[in-house]
Amino acid sequence: MAALTIAAGTGNWFSALALGVTLLKCLLIPTYHSTDFEVHRNWLAITHSLPISQWYYEATSEWTLDYPPFFAWFEYILSHVAKYFDQEMLNVRNLNYSSSRTLLFQRFSVIFMDVLFVYAVHECCKCIDGKKVGKELTEKPKFILSVLLLWNFGLLIVDHIHFQYNGFLFGLMLLSIARLFQKRHMEGAFLFAVLLHFKHIYLYVAPAYGVYLLRSYCFTANKPDGSIRWNSFSFVRVISLGLVVFLVSALSLGPFLALNQLPQVFSRLFPFKRGLCHAYWAPNFWALYNGLDKVLSVIGLKLKFLDPNNIPKASMTSGLVQQFQHTVLPSVTPLATLICTLIAILPSIFCLWFKPQGPRGFLRCLTLCALSSFMFGWHVHEKAILLAILPMSLLSVQKAGDASIFLILTTTGHYSLFPLLFTAPELPIKILLMLLFTIYSISSLKTLFRQSFTVATQAGVQWH
Amino acid sequence: MEKWYLMTIVVLIGLTVRWTVSLNSYSGAGKPPMFGDYEAQRHWQEITFNLPVKQWYFNSSDNNLQYWGLDYPPLTAYHSLLCAYVAKFINPDWIALHTSRGFESQAHKLFMRTTVLIADLLIYIPAVVLYCCCLKDISTKKKIANALCILLYPGLILIDYGHFQYNSVSLGFALWGVLGVSCDWDLLGSLAFCLAINYKQMELYHSLPFFCFLLGKCFKKGLKGKGFVLLVKLACTVVASFVLCWLPFFTEREQTLQVLRRLFPVDRGLFEDKVANIWCSFNVFLKIRDILPRHIQLIMSFCFTFLSLLPACIKLILQPSSKGFKFTLVSCALSFFLFSFQVHEKSILLVSLPVCLVLSEIPFMSTWFLLVSTFSLLPLLLKDELLMPSVVTTMAFFIACVTSFSIFEKTSEEELQLKSFSISVRKYLPCFTFLSRMIQYLFLISVITMVLLTLTTVTLDPPQKLPDLFSVLVCFVSCLNFLFFLVYFNIIIMWDSKSGRNQKKIT
Repeated sequence: MAALTIAAGTGNWFSALALGVTLLKCLLIPTYHSTDFEVHRNWLAITHSLPISQWYYEATSEWTLDYPPFFAWFEYILSHVAKYFDQEMLNVRNLNYSSSRTLLFQRFSVIFMDVLFVYAVHECCKCIDGKKVGKELTEKPKFILSVLLLWNFGLLIVDHIHFQYNGFLFGLMLLSIARLFQKRHMEGAFLFAVLLHFKHIYLYVAPAYGVYLLRSYCFTANKPDGSIRWNSFSFVRVISLGLVVFLVSALSLGPFLALNQLPQVFSRLFPFKRGLCHAYWAPNFWALYNGLDKVLSVIGLKLKFLDPNNIPKASMTSGLVQQFQHTVLPSVTPLATLICTLIAILPSIFCLWFKPQGPRGFLRCLTLCALSSFMFGWHVHEKAILLAILPMSLLSVQKAGDASIFLILTTTGHYSLFPLLFTAPELPIKILLMLLFTIYSISSLKTLFRQSFTVATQAGVQWH
Repeated sequence: MEKWYLMTIVVLIGLTVRWTVSLNSYSGAGKPPMFGDYEAQRHWQEITFNLPVKQWYFNSSDNNLQYWGLDYPPLTAYHSLLCAYVAKFINPDWIALHTSRGFESQAHKLFMRTTVLIADLLIYIPAVVLYCCCLKDISTKKKIANALCILLYPGLILIDYGHFQYNSVSLGFALWGVLGVSCDWDLLGSLAFCLAINYKQMELYHSLPFFCFLLGKCFKKGLKGKGFVLLVKLACTVVASFVLCWLPFFTEREQTLQVLRRLFPVDRGLFEDKVANIWCSFNVFLKIRDILPRHIQLIMSFCFTFLSLLPACIKLILQPSSKGFKFTLVSCALSFFLFSFQVHEKSILLVSLPVCLVLSEIPFMSTWFLLVSTFSLLPLLLKDELLMPSVVTTMAFFIACVTSFSIFEKTSEEELQLKSFSISVRKYLPCFTFLSRMIQYLFLISVITMVLLTLTTVTLDPPQKLPDLFSVLVCFVSCLNFLFFLVYFNIIIMWDSKSGRNQKKIT
């Protein structure tokens, strides 16, 4: 019986949380899945049945390989497990093949890979300093952070309903952040480099990493007032960082460099022909811009300022993925979006360089980079909001100010993901899970910072 | 204040699990000509909407009783009528007379599942929440954990949202009845329980404890004064609620008789299909169903049932207490399940509900029982292709119970409420000190057997000569477990003394 007690992990709340959410993910297996399901099945087929030289050229299906090579290798490894479930899914010609075994395999692969995410959350919890002893478990920051990350609504519906593999990728990112918190900079850099070669969307936050590692790792000491001490520059560190990044990139892109396929790979990775906005608009600045353009063109037509023959036929709101011209406002090019993004991240980068505040400052800069890129980037998916929400969770359990910003960000961000699930049977699920997460986050953070709220209001009273 | 946030979260988790289970298949999906319980419910909507009340329970050219004839009391019929009005509003094809037979579509499935969810949300879930909030002598956190475990009980979720039934309505009404009667709102409690009986006649399994408890209360108040007044008031409430529900069927004697014939099909034999009770298990060794004549079977099951539940009921009349009432509900329902006539495997839910209510008092044994009760439904669930949800919900329930109540630490004699029993036994057998350890070993054996049986049923095919081997084994193992629990719960009731109750419990 004692063995059972230990095995049951009495009081081991973290395992209970992780197991609980895993069981919920198993229950979500029969839900609606989007075309991303077919995308990944196709990539399993491509990597399994074709030689490497064909991976980035294969175009039988419209869902061509557009993730970096590490992800392709990951699909290759998965395909060797897939063949025991259903051999037919690995046939490139079997478009839209989705037998029950295929579904089971794909869903289970996502659930299984989330193990990395669970481990990363565990590591992140170690970086959160526990408050004074004597509080109950559910009010401890570690517990709240674990729930906010493990049971994150956005991750659940994007990964386990809509179907994607974001879980383990965010696991890699959170793990690299945790390593930076633990002052293991080389590991953090290595993990981030690997992550970049799994999914290049994480380039959104690369500036934060670059500037932080340069400023706080390569310059080993600061002057007493916190500004940079130029003579503490460590060449060894720079070289080793560079070496790590170089080796990871070589491992990833090397084979394709040897095959002279790099331009093709890059054209697949950065498809600028896809247009300013994704099919379902991400709620960013360009969506507002497009909306304004539409409104102005309607007004212009009504007031006879515009000639109807000059209006391009393609409409932004048609839900298709293609390039458009704006009618009234100037058209936006990829370069313009890049400049806007860079301008947006400049303040936080400056702060990170001139006034580094350790790992926490880095995390703030990372969140801001993710948000800025989301706002001004080219062809942003609405799922990219998760890049800002998940790191922000780490900040939210430590300062009351961050908690209130986090609540606004996460509630609106999660709500903006609603259009991803448009089928009737999934409607109750998304409403229930959204309510669950929102009510929990608001109530737990409010309880956590209740004391500081009361202290602040008392101080406020004293001032007046 | 925070209690309400946490309780809301618990209810939301319960609702999420319920809806995700409902995405799976239902009973009789795509299996003409008879389909299953889902089609039965749809058919009742068709019948109650299109035919006048007088014809609901009678065989006619429009209403073929062989094809899922109504065999629940009038309240189910009224509920089906209500759902039919909504269905008519959305899509009349779903309930068109004759032509809608076997109708299956995604939209219709969504509609039917929604009706279950709404009924659950209106009746069962508020009762559970209120019950947990009214529990005495436990902390707020434990109350909320209790609610979570009750709402995650797999059996009810899988039958209502998977197989497709409306058990949450009758069980919810019964729970309101328990609440009312425990909190001394006897009239409201008995009204709620009458509604439960009038929804599903199986709730009669719970009727004896209600009767004995209320009678005991009347005796305690003194039959010459307040007690007699209470008795009269209760009788009036019961009669009035029955009359109200059965009003359209009291107009003619033949109507009432026909309904009763549909509700209590004594012609159908001692048991049907495979069920985890004594008669089915005994039938493996000796074919009593075929040997004994029908009326002997009836008398035999009657005698066994009442003999097994009489001690607890008598004790309840003499010493009415809320705790005794709940335990008597368990033992009575279990006696009926094991020994009664024409028991279906889903009737185990009638035992599971009272066991959920005593979860906070004996978490270890209750969790064990609830796991066995879900396991006993395995053949039914496999037929409906609900293997994945059953495994997942069972594991979720198990984890919830283990973390909420730390059940493996609560296996001492005191915790199992067997202290007074073992003291009595030790008067005759001084070496009887191993009770707690014996129960722990039994639990291990039971769980291992259940897991092994589940694996074999899923992975292997039964031998040619014995196609029902695995179902029979599941029933047999469950029956043995249930017999053990019958003995255990009766021991608790009989050895529960006043002095035992006065001692402070350490939670």
